[in-house]
Amino acid sequence: MSQAANGPQKTALVPASLPSASLLARSSKLAQKFVMSPGAALGLGILVLIIFLAVLSPFISPQNPYDLSQLDILDGRLAPGSSSFDGVPYYLGTDDQGRDILSGILYGLRTSLIVGVLSAFAAATIGTSIGLIAAYIGGRVETLLMRLVDLQLSFPTILMALMMLAFLGKGLTNVVIALIIAEWATYARTVRSSALVEREKEYIEAAHCLRLPGYRILFRHLLPNCLAPVIVISTMQVARAIGLEATLSFLGLGASVTEPSLGMLISNGYQYLLSGLYWISFFPGIALLITIVAINLVGDRLRDILNPRSM
Amino acid sequence: MLASLLRRLIQAIMVVLAMTIIVFVGVNVIGNPVDILINPDASQAEYARVVAHLGLDRPLWQQYLMFIQGIFHGDFGTSFVYNKPALSLIVERLPATLELAMTALLIAIVVGLPLGLYAGLHPERLSSRLIMSGSILGFSLPTFWVGLMFILLFSVQLGWLPSGGRGETASFLDANWSFLTADGLHHLILPALNLALFKTSLVLRLTRAGVQEVLPQDYVKFARAKGLSENRVIYTHVLKNLMIPVVTITGLEFGSLIAFSVVTESIFAWPGMGKLIIDSINNLDRPVIVAYLMMMVVLFVALNFIIDICYTLLDPRVRLDTKGK
Repeated sequence: MSQAANGPQKTALVPASLPSASLLARSSKLAQKFVMSPGAALGLGILVLIIFLAVLSPFISPQNPYDLSQLDILDGRLAPGSSSFDGVPYYLGTDDQGRDILSGILYGLRTSLIVGVLSAFAAATIGTSIGLIAAYIGGRVETLLMRLVDLQLSFPTILMALMMLAFLGKGLTNVVIALIIAEWATYARTVRSSALVEREKEYIEAAHCLRLPGYRILFRHLLPNCLAPVIVISTMQVARAIGLEATLSFLGLGASVTEPSLGMLISNGYQYLLSGLYWISFFPGIALLITIVAINLVGDRLRDILNPRSM
Repeated sequence: MLASLLRRLIQAIMVVLAMTIIVFVGVNVIGNPVDILINPDASQAEYARVVAHLGLDRPLWQQYLMFIQGIFHGDFGTSFVYNKPALSLIVERLPATLELAMTALLIAIVVGLPLGLYAGLHPERLSSRLIMSGSILGFSLPTFWVGLMFILLFSVQLGWLPSGGRGETASFLDANWSFLTADGLHHLILPALNLALFKTSLVLRLTRAGVQEVLPQDYVKFARAKGLSENRVIYTHVLKNLMIPVVTITGLEFGSLIAFSVVTESIFAWPGMGKLIIDSINNLDRPVIVAYLMMMVVLFVALNFIIDICYTLLDPRVRLDTKGK
């Protein structure tokens, strides 16, 4: 739609070939542009903090909420700010089992982030490869693969995920598989359309003239020049995957009680909501919201900077 | 025109057939139905008897044909849990889901379209920026969590609205609807708002993007140069050209609303298809799962087909047969 306007800018941003010497200069330029937006800088700051907290959760959380010996049922359902039997404060309260909500959130962030990053990364790898191969080979293979993509994209993600979980059964691993299967098609379609444009450019022609092998042209020449949209989609996709995993876990199809995610924590508090024990669901939800907003802020800015065809 | 319609129709049927294969393979090959159907303590003879009865000892293609035959007769088997035909269970719950999705779609359009139009026409105003920030929040907020917070605020704290169920229903066209009674409407508000949240943001952003794309076009400038009133420029020239993407997306999103109602129905104990499928997955109620999935496949294929037709009606320049492969 607005491609005409974006065209010249895009070619300026993504040079025909990628000499590695200028890569460093380019990325520092990108970083400079990135922090020019205060929202994005804030998002990035929060995101780094969240990752930090999630990685260090076993060391910094006040309690290991899944070590039964550390739990005391007498501390169950305490309001935020109250102290345990032995005087340890529970800043965000406890759930019905006496688990500290704050510790639960820190551990839950870990699970949620792992699921989000893992599924987005796998979907990106699979989708990008398929998109590249389709664009490079063309012909029947391309038609077939793209038909598959069309088919997949005509169904909403949550339905695809539900379908896969109906086949595979419940559990966190299956949620990751379901997310990958539900999301690869977006990458394949985007990468194919970038690759179709790039394929016609002179540097690819030059590579052909040098008689470089196909895989080398594909992965060393075509791939790096199609990566910008992949990075943007991946960021957004991590946020979507985290949200979807939380939703599926909330519905009882994802994480089990022993491998907590944020969705699972929220689900735990559902039954206590009507009796006014809001904190069991409320705080994990806030953590989930902050994570998703932070990732989306970063992704939005990345999209503006890298400026792929608007999605 | 007719030829291309026919071609689209054949394509649609092919997609449905492809999906029957996927669903069949998914349910019958990845998961073993025998494990679900038979008591683990059953004897070897009992096991063999059930396998033979279900036709699971036959070659896969024969099983598939049996499966297809069943589908054409509207027979998806009997639910293990409810002991009723799976299809009729789903059809029974269809009105509740349709009602919820329709109301949510209505809210999304009634709220999203004017706000998007406003934000697009006056992008520099503070209120527009607030609207846009709000829509980012609408995208990022996890639907299920917002639903819980709705219950907490409006049901528990304020006590204004009920937290679940459909309330009183009235019969119309052989189905029960909540929106026909005051009590039912009361029950409908929270779930519909919850389901509409995401779509409202989508319609809003779409409209705004559309306005900004249309405004600099020559025909808008020309309409202004002709001295048409601002209202006429906006409502006839801008809005009409906006409608194509908005109609397409809302059409497509109607399907996704039905899919997403799974979440809202579970939270608000809304007795629709979505709640049924979640219960069925949890109970491994295979016939209901298959019936639901096939129903959704047909629904989505039909929706896509209808949208394609709407395309041509709304914009005569779009010719289906020029789409190529």
